[in-house]
Amino acid sequence: METAELTQEEQFQTRIDADVRIEPKDWMPEAYRKTLIRQISQHAHSEIVGMLPEGNWITRAPSLKRKAILLAKVQDEAGHGLYLYSAAETLGASRDQMLADLHSGKAKYSSIFNYPTLSWADMGTIGWLVDGAAILNQVPLCRTSYGPYARAMVRVCKEESFHQRQGFEIMQTLSEGTPEQKQMAQEALNRWWWPTLMMFGPKDADSPNTEQSMKWRIKRFTNDELRQKFVDMMVPQAEFLGLTVPDEKLRWNEAKQGYDFGEVDWAEFWDVVKGNGPCSRERLQARVDAWNEGEWVREAALAHAAKRSARGKV
Amino acid sequence: MSQKEWPLWEVFIRSKQGLDHKHVGSLHAADAEMAIQNARDVYTRRLEGVSIWVVESKHVHASNPDDAAAFYEPANDKIYRHPTFYTVPDSIKHM
Repeated sequence: METAELTQEEQFQTRIDADVRIEPKDWMPEAYRKTLIRQISQHAHSEIVGMLPEGNWITRAPSLKRKAILLAKVQDEAGHGLYLYSAAETLGASRDQMLADLHSGKAKYSSIFNYPTLSWADMGTIGWLVDGAAILNQVPLCRTSYGPYARAMVRVCKEESFHQRQGFEIMQTLSEGTPEQKQMAQEALNRWWWPTLMMFGPKDADSPNTEQSMKWRIKRFTNDELRQKFVDMMVPQAEFLGLTVPDEKLRWNEAKQGYDFGEVDWAEFWDVVKGNGPCSRERLQARVDAWNEGEWVREAALAHAAKRSARGKV
Repeated sequence: MSQKEWPLWEVFIRSKQGLDHKHVGSLHAADAEMAIQNARDVYTRRLEGVSIWVVESKHVHASNPDDAAAFYEPANDKIYRHPTFYTVPDSIKHM
């Protein structure tokens, strides 16, 4: 048989190339497993930490309707984190270990959540821009090679579309409101535009993992490809809102049928990745406090379950 | 610190009456009752289900994918089990 001459790793790559999904009990290279655990857990952490900047505004939403919507959105993010942790666990990662790595600062999460949310317009911008960027990253992940990750992403993407639309609606309402409200929307766009472009990660030339991840079909597009798509998608939407994208170098390029745009401040990017973002310490501390303060609840629930099972109830 | 993880549960959801339960993912919970409540919150926030099953992951036994070729081999050469194996004259209706 021809396959007998292939190594396990070559057989694995053959399956990937044929777009066969890899499932938890299938053989996989150790590096594939590790890369996925790192990526999926980072993604999960981002969802969980991502609840914090918005949680800040739940009690201050301008109407009951907006408050209910924001609550539902934040609850979705908790759900997304849980889908993703559960996908990572199918690879043998333990939930407590993943959380410990987040709390110790060893694991990363998306740098975007280390920026502050200063006004209500930031809720609009996060939904419209940040979730818009997240969707571009996530839609290709619905076809990623690892089955449980792809399936989790299908659910995430379905829900993310609500997030983006509610954000756009907030921006539209503000843009069509008083001059002060429109100004608020413009300032939020000014604050979030560049950090959002950073969400796609370093330039392709500085992203050493991309090539292998593309080969394993964990990633389907490079960082720069997605960043370009994002700019092309968002500029007309900003124009519709009557807002100005804060980039003097932004120009339509007829030849490439896309926009040319300015350079991201990579020094800032790397600084925030290293944990020096404006809210990095605050975000992490909030997670650590939540974990520590919840310890008695986790213990009590286990004690309660043990007692009930001893009494013969399930 | 006791640091004991809540057990892991697999979650199955019937999306509507008449369909079977389908695996949707897993979650941690201290007991079955909490697992069902958490499953409702995590997996059915948009009316995705009318019924939930949970089973502790440690109780799930699975076939080994490495044995798949040999394991499913008995069905491989029995194409006569499929209706398409048989030719039916064109003039015969309702078959």
